[in-house]
Amino acid sequence: MTIQRKAIALVSGGLDSMLAIKVIQEQGITVEGINFYTGFCVEGHTHAIRKRDSKKEKRNNALWVAEQLGIKLHIEDISEEYKDTVINPKHGYGQHLNPCLDCKIFMVKQTQLLLNRARGFANEGGFDFIITGEVIGQRPMSQRRNTMPLIARESGADDLLLRPLCAKNLPATLPEREGWVDREQLYNFSGRNRSPQIALAKKFGFDDYAQPAGGCCFLTDASYSSKLADLWSARGTRDYELDDIMLLKVGRHLRPNKNFKLIISREEGENRFLEGYRKSFTHLFCSSHPGPLTLIDGNPTEEDIELAARITTRYCKARTDQHATVEVHYVGGVVKTLHVNPMANEDIPQDWHI
Amino acid sequence: MSLQFPTTGILDARKLLCPMPVIKTQNKIKTMRAGETLLVIASDPGVKQDIPSWCRINGHHVMETYTDNTDICIVIKIGSYS
Repeated sequence: MTIQRKAIALVSGGLDSMLAIKVIQEQGITVEGINFYTGFCVEGHTHAIRKRDSKKEKRNNALWVAEQLGIKLHIEDISEEYKDTVINPKHGYGQHLNPCLDCKIFMVKQTQLLLNRARGFANEGGFDFIITGEVIGQRPMSQRRNTMPLIARESGADDLLLRPLCAKNLPATLPEREGWVDREQLYNFSGRNRSPQIALAKKFGFDDYAQPAGGCCFLTDASYSSKLADLWSARGTRDYELDDIMLLKVGRHLRPNKNFKLIISREEGENRFLEGYRKSFTHLFCSSHPGPLTLIDGNPTEEDIELAARITTRYCKARTDQHATVEVHYVGGVVKTLHVNPMANEDIPQDWHI
Repeated sequence: MSLQFPTTGILDARKLLCPMPVIKTQNKIKTMRAGETLLVIASDPGVKQDIPSWCRINGHHVMETYTDNTDICIVIKIGSYS
């Protein structure tokens, strides 16, 4: 009797993992997917917050891929465990604060742990090996010839880790040596050229897939990384909570001084989102004119709060007036009213913008 | 607001952005039995697409979706395929 082999696949929601799964499914192997939530995933977050994006499709690409391929998908919240990967990456950062190589090792390791755990519980169904959509040379930091064995080794997956799209460029893994997978039906893609993937997608009849942009993680974004670096610098410690990293995705961030920064909403959707944080932050808004909500992060003095009020009114309808009224709500419930002169745009130093 | 189906469990996923409401739904359903119903209340519009998609993949059935002011309410009947 033939044993039905089963693989677990890392599903990012992009084309490569979609193709890798399909290649393995074509060999009659059952595949289930795993998708990890780190807190930095781009997946529609800002679209959900910003009103101007309200008409944009908010599909979760990993779920969409799973549905197209007819596979189960486990979504794991690893945001807490992931912190150490962001704060202390053994292999360093990429262009910004993106620890891509450590991230890949971490995710394969988490999958390997899941594979081991599932072996211990028959009702969870075991997995025989792991697949990813990695391609040698596709990414400058994490997908290079010399990082492929490193990821396999440091994750603990070793030769249970199969990359169907570039397997022919790598030594045979256990699934290939044991004949669970026919190596001849795997691929030898390499480099940044996407044509082979696009041709394979066409062969499989995939005409809709997430466009490859390497932008599935906020840490690859220069502006976002600057805000995270500023947060660490101001607090004097490289740490964060989930709310911290969510707030970095929203609003204008201005730091007039090391002891405080302002998060100023840019539109109605962001206003609503920031309202959810009112109890945790001293916050203010212009009560005489329509305008944004501002959260103050840090320990501002009364002088700083007046400055915050003047800056906030710059971004509301009062900006051309001489006077505006601002309501300041302190954490704990005290409310104060300030009458201020809106700050002129040219008086806000450029280096306050994070 | 409408609520045609009695529910055996309620999950408050308001203020959470996707995919957290999906993850919370997935984890809550792991503690429930086939045939039971779960009411998920969320605020991220993405759930209108993501939760039904997750349910289809995992063999659960969305019985009803409605909005109550800014709340998005989804009633799920737990399937036996898990």
